[in-house]
Amino acid sequence: MPFPHRHLLGIKGLNEPDLIHLLDKADEAVKLSRQREKKSSTLRGLTQINLFFEASTRTQSSFELAGKRLGADVMNMAVGNSSVKKGETLIDTAMTLNAMRPDILVVRHSSAGATALLAQKVGCSVINAGDGAHEHPTQALLDALTIRRAKGRIGRLIVAICGDVLHSRVARSNIVLLNLMGARVRVVGPSTLMPSGIEQMGVEVFTSMEEGLKDADVVMMLRLQRERMAGAFVPSVREYFRFYGLDAEKLKRAKDDALVMHPGPMNRGVEIASEIADGPQSVIESQVEMGVAVRMAVMETLLLDGPDREAGR
Amino acid sequence: MTTTVLQNARIVDPSRDLDEIGTVIIVDGRIAAAGAEATNQGVPDGASVINCRDRLVIPGLIDSRVFIGEPGGEHRETIASASRAAAAGGVTSLIMMPDTDPVIDDIALVEFVLKTARDEALVRVHPSAAITKGLAGEEMTEFGLLAGAGAVALTDGRHTLSSSVVLRRALTYARDFNAVIACETQDRDLAGRGVMNEGLLASWLGLPGIPREAEIIPLERDMRLVGLTRGRYHAAKISVSDCADIVARGKDKGLDVTAGISINNLALNENDVGEYRTFFKTSPPLRAEDDRRAMVEALKTGTIDVISSSHDPQDVDTKRLPFADAEPGAIGLETLLAAALRLYHSDEVDLLRLIDALSTRPAKIFGLEGGTVRKGAQADIAIVDLNDPFVVAKDRIVSTSKNTPFEDARFQGRVLQTMVAGRTVFTID
Repeated sequence: MPFPHRHLLGIKGLNEPDLIHLLDKADEAVKLSRQREKKSSTLRGLTQINLFFEASTRTQSSFELAGKRLGADVMNMAVGNSSVKKGETLIDTAMTLNAMRPDILVVRHSSAGATALLAQKVGCSVINAGDGAHEHPTQALLDALTIRRAKGRIGRLIVAICGDVLHSRVARSNIVLLNLMGARVRVVGPSTLMPSGIEQMGVEVFTSMEEGLKDADVVMMLRLQRERMAGAFVPSVREYFRFYGLDAEKLKRAKDDALVMHPGPMNRGVEIASEIADGPQSVIESQVEMGVAVRMAVMETLLLDGPDREAGR
Repeated sequence: MTTTVLQNARIVDPSRDLDEIGTVIIVDGRIAAAGAEATNQGVPDGASVINCRDRLVIPGLIDSRVFIGEPGGEHRETIASASRAAAAGGVTSLIMMPDTDPVIDDIALVEFVLKTARDEALVRVHPSAAITKGLAGEEMTEFGLLAGAGAVALTDGRHTLSSSVVLRRALTYARDFNAVIACETQDRDLAGRGVMNEGLLASWLGLPGIPREAEIIPLERDMRLVGLTRGRYHAAKISVSDCADIVARGKDKGLDVTAGISINNLALNENDVGEYRTFFKTSPPLRAEDDRRAMVEALKTGTIDVISSSHDPQDVDTKRLPFADAEPGAIGLETLLAAALRLYHSDEVDLLRLIDALSTRPAKIFGLEGGTVRKGAQADIAIVDLNDPFVVAKDRIVSTSKNTPFEDARFQGRVLQTMVAGRTVFTID
C-alpha cells in the first residue's frame, strides 16, 4: 500500500489510515525484534544519518537500532560538539550531509520548525526526532502502539496527559494523534505549565490530578525539566510532587486497569513515584520496546511505500 | 453551656444589610440569634446580660494588612502585643504580613505563627505568605502547601513585584488554588529616593517626592496581567484617584479584582506631615486632599472594598531620625475604627458601608469566618459607643510601638468591649 508522505515531520498532516498503516507495520516489527534472528534486509544498501543537534541517548539509540535491524548503514552525527560550534548554520550542515547522499535523515533540534526547514533543503526523507516544543511524532506513535497492544483499541479511551504540557513536544504530538484515533484526551497540570489556547486543542483541561485522572484508561506522565522546578513555573519539587506527582493515592482515581506511561527519562519523586513507575500498571519498559518497532515501521514505510519509492534509490 | 445576651443593641450587620435595634444571644461562643426578632426569645436562666442601650453591636473588625515584628523584631511588636492592640480596637481577626525575619515563605513559618497565635494571641491571627522566596521577587513560593498550612493570602508585603513575568506566573499558579494575590504597587525606580507625596509641599520642605504615577503605572500593569491570567488580585493599598479608576475599570470588565486602602490615606493628607513629623511618613505616602476625597468617594461606591489599618510598628530607633532617613509606617490597630468613624460623623460614608469595608468584605475576600452577626456564626463582636468623644493619649497606647499619627487626635466613637468566640478579650476601663 502506498504511503503519501515523503517525510515524517509531525503527526499533524497525517490521517487515521496513515496511522493505522504505521501501527500495523510496527506490530510486524515487534515480531521481528522478538526473534533470535532480528535482522532483515529490507533497507540493505541504504544510508541513515542520525543528526542530533540536541543530545539524546535513548531516542538516538532507538533509531540506530531500528535502522540496523532493517539492514541500513547507520551513521551518528553528534552535531552538538562539532561544526555547529564552529559557526556553521543549520542549512550548511544539511547541505554538507546531503552531499553524502543519505537516504534518510533522523533529526532532532532544540528549535521548533528546524526539522521542517532542513527537510526543504535535502533530497531525502526526513524523520523528526523532536523539534523544540513542537512535535515528536515517533514518540506519539510508540505510545499509540503501546496503548493499542495493551487495550486492543484507542478509540473512546480516556487518556490523561499530565504535567508540563507547555514545554512538551510529546504532549502536542499525542494530543493530535489521540484525537485522530478517537480517544478522549485530557490534559492535567498547573496552569503555569499549560500553553495558552490549550482548551481549543481538542482536550479537556484539568488543574487537579484528582479530577483529571477520574476514570482514565491511560495516564501519561510528562517529564518536568529540572530548571523549571525551582520557582519559575512551579515553586518546588516537593510541592509539585504533592499536587501533580503520580502516586498510588492519585492513581486510584483512574480505572483499576489504567496504564501508566512515561516517555522517559523519568524524574522519580518529581512527576512519578517509584512504586508507580515500577508497579504492575506501568508499561514504561514496553514503551521502549515499541519505540524501536515504530521507528523501524516509519523508516520502512517512508523508504519503501513513500513517494520516493520509484526514485531509483 | 454559657449564654450571653446583649439587649437593646443597635445591630449593624452588613452581611445581612441589617441596621436595627434588637438582641444578640450568644451560646457557647456562637451566635444563637441576632436581630429584632431575638428580643422576644427571653433570657435563659444563668445567662449573663449586657444592656447595650445606645450602643452599637457590630461584627468584629477584620484587619487585612498588619505588620508584626515577630519573628525577628519582637522589640517593635509581638504577635501577643499586636493581638492586645487589636482587641482594644475591636479587631477580632487580623491578617499578618510576611515581612518578618525570617520571611513567612515556608510552611514552617506559617505553622510557627499559627502556633504562637494559638498560645498567646487574644484575637484570631491569620498569616499571609510571601509570593516569592525571601520577598526577593524572583522565585515563587509553595502556594499550595502554604495555603494548606493556613496562609490566607499571598503577598510580598511592602515589596512591589517588579518582574511582570513573575507576577504573571504567580497569578496563574495561584488561580489553581483559588488563592488571592495581594500587592502594593510602587515603582521602585520612579519612587526613587522619594519620601513623601510629590508636589508643592515636598518642594518647600526640600524633600524628594514620590509621584502618583509611581503607584499608578505598576497597578495598570498588574490589571493587564489579571486580564491575561484571570487570577484573583487584591490591590492592597491604593491612595490616588487614578488607581481607583483602574480598579473600577477592572471590575467593570469582570476581573476578579478587589482593592483596599490604609486608614491613613482616608483620614490624613500630606499637610499633616507639617514640620517633618516622621509619624506621618507612610507608604504609600499621605496624598493631597483631592486624592483623599476621591478615595473616600471610591470607598463609598464600593470601588475600594476594604479599609485596613496598615499597622506598622516602628520604634524610636527608626522614627527619631531626619524625615528622609526615618522608616515609613504607622501603628493603627487601636485607632482603626475611631478614625474610620470620622467619615460617618462627617456624613461622607454611611455606617453599613463602613462596617462592611472593615469586616464583612475582608472576610469574604480572604475566605475567613467572621464579618457577620448572623445566627450560627462565631461570636466575634465589638460593642461600640458611636458618639463618645475621646482624645488619643500616648500613655494609653497598648501596642509596643507608639508611632501613631493620631496622637492627641480627637475622635468620636470608641470600642467598649470586644469578644472573640463569645469570650471577652477587651473591656474599656
